Parts: sequence; structure tokens; C-alpha cells
Amino acid sequence: MLKKVARWIDNRLGTSAFTQDALNKVFPDHWSFMVGEIALYAFVVLIVTGIFLSFFFDASTSQSVYDGSYAPLVGVEVSDAYKSTLEISLDVRAGLVMRQTHHWAALVFVAAIVVHLCRIFFTGAFRSPRELNWIIGITLLILAIFNGFTGYSLPDDLLSGTGLRIAYSIALSVPLLGTWMGFLIFGGEFPADQIISRLLVTHIMIVPALIIGLLTAHLALLWRQKHTQFPEPGRTEHNVVGSKLWPTYAAKSLGLFFGVFAILVLMGGLFQINPIWLYGPFEPQQVSSPAQPDWYLGWVDGALRLFPAVELRAFGFEIPNPFYPGVLLPGVTFLALYAWPFLEQAFTHDREPHNLLDRPRDRPMRTALGATTLAFYTVMFIASSSDLIAKWFTVSVLDLVRVFQVLVILIPPAVGWATYRLMKALAGSGAPRLTEMPLSALTHPNGRGNGAFPHQERGRDAHAGGATAGDDGDGRSAARTGGDGALPAQRIDDRE
Amino acid sequence: MSHPSHPGRGPERREGPGIAVAFGVSALASLGLTVLYGFGGQPQIEGILLFIALGGLGAGLILWGKQLMPNAPFVEERKLNLGRPEARAEVVASLEEAGPDAGRRSFLAKMLGGALGALGVAALFPIRSLGTAPGRALFRTPWAGGGRVVTIDGEPVAAGDFEVGQVLTIVPEGNLEAGDSQVILIRLEPGEYEPPPGREDWSPEGFVAFSKVCTHAGCPVGLYQAGSQELFCPCHQSVFAVLQAAAPTAGPATRPLPQLPLRIDEDGFVAAQGDFVEPVGPGFWNRPSA
Repeated sequence: MLKKVARWIDNRLGTSAFTQDALNKVFPDHWSFMVGEIALYAFVVLIVTGIFLSFFFDASTSQSVYDGSYAPLVGVEVSDAYKSTLEISLDVRAGLVMRQTHHWAALVFVAAIVVHLCRIFFTGAFRSPRELNWIIGITLLILAIFNGFTGYSLPDDLLSGTGLRIAYSIALSVPLLGTWMGFLIFGGEFPADQIISRLLVTHIMIVPALIIGLLTAHLALLWRQKHTQFPEPGRTEHNVVGSKLWPTYAAKSLGLFFGVFAILVLMGGLFQINPIWLYGPFEPQQVSSPAQPDWYLGWVDGALRLFPAVELRAFGFEIPNPFYPGVLLPGVTFLALYAWPFLEQAFTHDREPHNLLDRPRDRPMRTALGATTLAFYTVMFIASSSDLIAKWFTVSVLDLVRVFQVLVILIPPAVGWATYRLMKALAGSGAPRLTEMPLSALTHPNGRGNGAFPHQERGRDAHAGGATAGDDGDGRSAARTGGDGALPAQRIDDRE
Repeated sequence: MSHPSHPGRGPERREGPGIAVAFGVSALASLGLTVLYGFGGQPQIEGILLFIALGGLGAGLILWGKQLMPNAPFVEERKLNLGRPEARAEVVASLEEAGPDAGRRSFLAKMLGGALGALGVAALFPIRSLGTAPGRALFRTPWAGGGRVVTIDGEPVAAGDFEVGQVLTIVPEGNLEAGDSQVILIRLEPGEYEPPPGREDWSPEGFVAFSKVCTHAGCPVGLYQAGSQELFCPCHQSVFAVLQAAAPTAGPATRPLPQLPLRIDEDGFVAAQGDFVEPVGPGFWNRPSA
């Protein structure tokens, strides 16, 4: 049977040689390489559950009186979008599991992308020749966050309506273009009727198509350039060590897909999320308290809360307060992310192709900068729950906001400094992993001989061959060490 | 090309009964799902059964991969040839075969670029159809005609029935839905409120009314603290002091909530004198300075 199918296809497409290459393709085994796969599989779950939901959802803001099975809302005037979401949740068989799994999968999707991004960043996997895939990856992150928000806004409930209201205000705040942007996106002054149907087209057609296209390109580039790998004996700039695609990697990866799917349906079945029947339908005069966005927009909401009450006027025109935390901050964030591989190249003058990864300790400055950045966004994320935290600890929310305003400035540099010291100590101790580093290494960060692992670091270098970064502290050197595969990765020259 | 240095991944792997059990349990859970669905379904049990069905498949496949498939590290050479100057020169030469001589080609290329650019600009105009023009929409509200204030259910507000300390969300009569016309009506002790200059006759009999649309990011300023007489926005924690003409005292808001001029009409109902004198809600670029 298999022979027959293979012959039939090969006689028509002549793909046997390619297929054989593909089946033999080697994928490195490291747990941190699974995170990107988790994002991919969460996206598959989003598509499967999303298709189911799309058959029942009605993206209309026409109002009618609710007379369905949720007694507390009977007699209340609601939109068709809200009503159909209620029906999916309460009346369609398996509808609630599908809807909640979809929502949880969206949260996990963005989370996995962010963790994957951190893995790529802290191990230097974005370096030449992989800058293009970094750019595609950042674009995927932006699209994932954006599509999360459009989906969250579809049910036309009170919480998401408040979120849309804030999004509209942020659009309005853009200098010169803001009023037109707000009116064209929403169809007129808020709350305009067209927004839900536009969100649906964006959410289930435009953005998913973009994500699928870019995801394909992301994987195609990965396939073409092959994986990076951590330096270990036997691993060089010129090989890939791991499992073959067929059968081992395919079986494990398919197993991971089912595992991710299993966890997401369990969360969808057991953990309530976005119970819109408790929030009620959107009414422009009402607001829910507390009001938080989904986690991936927490940093923007936190920034809106923490940014001080100032706004500027330039040339007689206003630059409203939400512009700075709501437009400028995300703009700078994603621009900096896009630019990072090139910024680092400009600082280190290292434009060589790298297939062997750095360990975070190899580049203490990069690692410290990354930790500083993460700390900055984490404080803002926590600040987006300032009202909830104030309630739990029964303190004044206004005092708490002031504390956060100080913390968001103090904590990131402190975390960066501590990370830098830790990475230097770790590199100096030669400990194979952080948990095995003796505490004394922290007080004598450069005492290479005092640690329990004096030979580890050099031993690793000697076997790694290729371009293991020299550790001179500021990450400027790209010195190479010798070894069995002593040739550096192939030179490429962008400047002729 | 196995590598000996990986402990625990050597050839001594054994097959346990786990794989078959995992697939079997998965099949049973799927069967259970079918039965459950037939009985009308139940979200929590659906989640658990789906978890077992999918998780069994995942566990079985991973165990299969770990126990029965070749796991010794394989080595593949990187054959990718980056940056080959000869091949690149050929590509560039081929691309340049698009026209007879460089001058003519450059002229035609510019014409082509111009035509495509013009089409691109023309294609932008349909975007204009997406919404109404902002015009003066942000500068006025449905309060412009004055008229009685009503509750969100359309009931007028009799001044005599409204007690001191009471708070109510009001909208203009005949226009209950607009997002920008929502107003907070509060009745204060007579003399408690000292109106700013020019607004002396806006608060008859202790009635004051402020736009409910936050001047920061547009959320309804939905919470009123009677003790401190402050309005509080639940979205970003802006605080407005009612007795100071709703000036912001904390949080990110930079401007007071605009005040609606009130009157008591001849039948004793609360009414508006007219529209706000400034735009309500969040800022925008051409909002005049206060």
C-alpha cells in the first residue's frame, strides 16, 4: 500500500529525493526549542475551535430583547453579537468548552510567542543569518496581540466594550490623523454600529491569513537555514545534532501537539474565562469595575495608569495624554524589537553568521539589557491590576499607583544590574547551570579558579569549535576558540 | 552516526505497556464523549474527557518516540551555501536583461513606477468610505438643543423628588443611546458648591451635572464617593473633585469633566440650558485649549 502510494506520487511529482532529505532532516533536542512549537500548536487549536465558533456567532449590533435560557438577563435588550455568544456558551452543545478553549488558547498562544522570543533573544539566535526570521517573528507577535484584542472585543459585552472605548480614545490621540483614524476604523463617532462586524472580518479572515502566511515563511526560513544549537561536544557551526524528522521527531512533536490540545481543552472545560453573562451587554453609559484587559495588553493598560497627568501642546495642537503610553510606548517597543539584531551588530561589530547559540552568561550585557526590559514591562503589567491589588491589601489605590510609578523607574535598572553581576559570577564560576553555582562566586565574580567547576567552561569551548563568544564582559568580542571543527561558520559579506 | 555521550538514551531502552494503555484510554474517553454528547453534554466533563482523549494520544506518541524509535543523536551537515558571488552576479545579470539600453530602461521604469504610484493613491480613496468625517462631531453633543434631562430609561427628573446627595446618570430627552451625551447629575447642599466664574447660573437648587465621559481615555466615570464627593474612573483611576468643578485631583486625567449648564423648567423638571461649552471626553489633536 505504502509502496503504491509512493510510486503514484513520485511518478507524478518526482519528489522522492526531496522527501527522503526531509525525513532525514535533523532537529536538535532541547526543551527550550519546544516553546515555539507550543505557539504553533496553540494556533492550530485556535483555528479548529474558531471555525466551530464562527458557525454560531452573529456579528450584528441589532438590538433585541433576550429571552434565552439565562434567566437573569431575560427581558434585557441585548445585541445579536452578545446574544449569539450567550447561546454558544449556554445552549449550543459543547459550545462553552469550545469558546473557553478558544480563549485560553489565545492567551497561551501569545504567552508561548513571548517565551519563544525570550529564548531567541537570550541565546543570540537572532544573529546573522537569522535576522529575517526575527523580523517575521516580531510581526507575528504583533499580529497575535492584535487578533487577541479583536476576538476579545467581539461578544459586545460590557468589559470588552470598555476596552474598545479605550482603543478608540487611543486612536483619537494620534496627532493630526487621530480623529480620522478613530472615525474610519469605527465607522463614525463611538459607539458606531459597524465596529463588531468589522472586527469579525479582521479577526477571522484578514489577520489569520497574515498569520498563516508569515508562519509559513517563518518555518520555511527555519527549514532552509536549519536550527541553531547549543555548543556541546560534537556540535559545531557546520552540523546539526539531534533527532531525525522521521520517525522520532515527528512522533514527539505530534505528541506535543496533542498534549497542548489536551491541556487547553482541560482549561476550557474546567476554568471559567470571560463569563460575559456576568458582565452584561455593552451599554455606553455603564462600566464594569474592576476592568482589566487580557494579559497580553496589561502592559499598555498599566502604562496608561502610571503615566503622569501631563499632556503637551505643539504648534497650537494638543498631544493628548493617552498618546504617550498608548501609541508612543508600543511604537517604540516594537521598533526596538525589530531593530535589535542590527543594533547589536552595530555595537559588537559582529556580523558573522552564527549557528551555535550563546548561553545567557556568555553575553552578560545583552542578558542584563533583556532582563531590564522584561522587568520594565512586568512592573507595568502588574500595575494594570492596581485596583485589584489595592482591594486585596486594603490600601489606597492612589497611593499604590504612586508606588508603582516609582517602582517602574527603580526596579528595571536594579534587575539589570543584578542580572549582570549574576551572569559574570556564573561565567566566572564555570558552573554548568545556575543552580549549581557556589554562592561564593557572587562575591568573587572573576575568581575562575575558586569554583567547583574549574574545567567546565574551557572544556566546553574546546569541544564546541566554531564561534563561541569570548567573554570579555561587555559582549564586544566575537573571539573564536579552536577545537575539532575549528573553522568558523561560513563568512558572508553584506558590504561589497 | 550515533554519539555515545548521551546517558539514558542508549540502546537499553525498553518498551513498557504504557503506549498501548495510553491509546486505549484515549479511545475509551472518546467513546465516553460520544455518550455524553448523546445525553446533552456537560461542559466540565466534556473538558475532562477531551483532555483524556487528546492527552492519551499525546502521551502514547511521545512514549512511542522515546521508547521505540531511534533516539541516538544524529548528525547532519549544514550544506547551505550562503553568499556565493558568482551565482549572485548571474542573477543580477539576468535581472538586468529587461530592456535594451540602461537610459531607456530607466525612463520606462520611472514611468511604470509613477503609474503604479498613482494607482496606489487612487486605491486609497475607498478607505474614506469606511466612516463619516469627524467634522464638528467631537465638538458637540445631543445636548445642543437643551431640553429636559431623562434617566437612561427615558424618565424625566422632577427637581422636587431628587434628594440632596443623590446621584443619577442622565441623558438628553429623545436621545438615549449616544455615547458622548451621558452625564452625572448630583444634588448638593445649596451653597455647598461655589461655581467658577461664568457658571453662576448653571447649578440651580444645588443640581450640578458633569459629563460622564472620562477626559483621559473615555471610560464612563462610573463611581461616586459620597463622603469625599469625588468621581472615580474605574479604568485608569482618575479622580475628579465635584466641589472643584470636577477638576482632576489624581490619576492620569489632565482636564476637568465638562459641566452641563442646567435649569429647572416651568413644570419643575431638571433640564439643560444647552450644550457643553467645550468638547467632552478624551483629547484629540484639534481640541481647542481651555
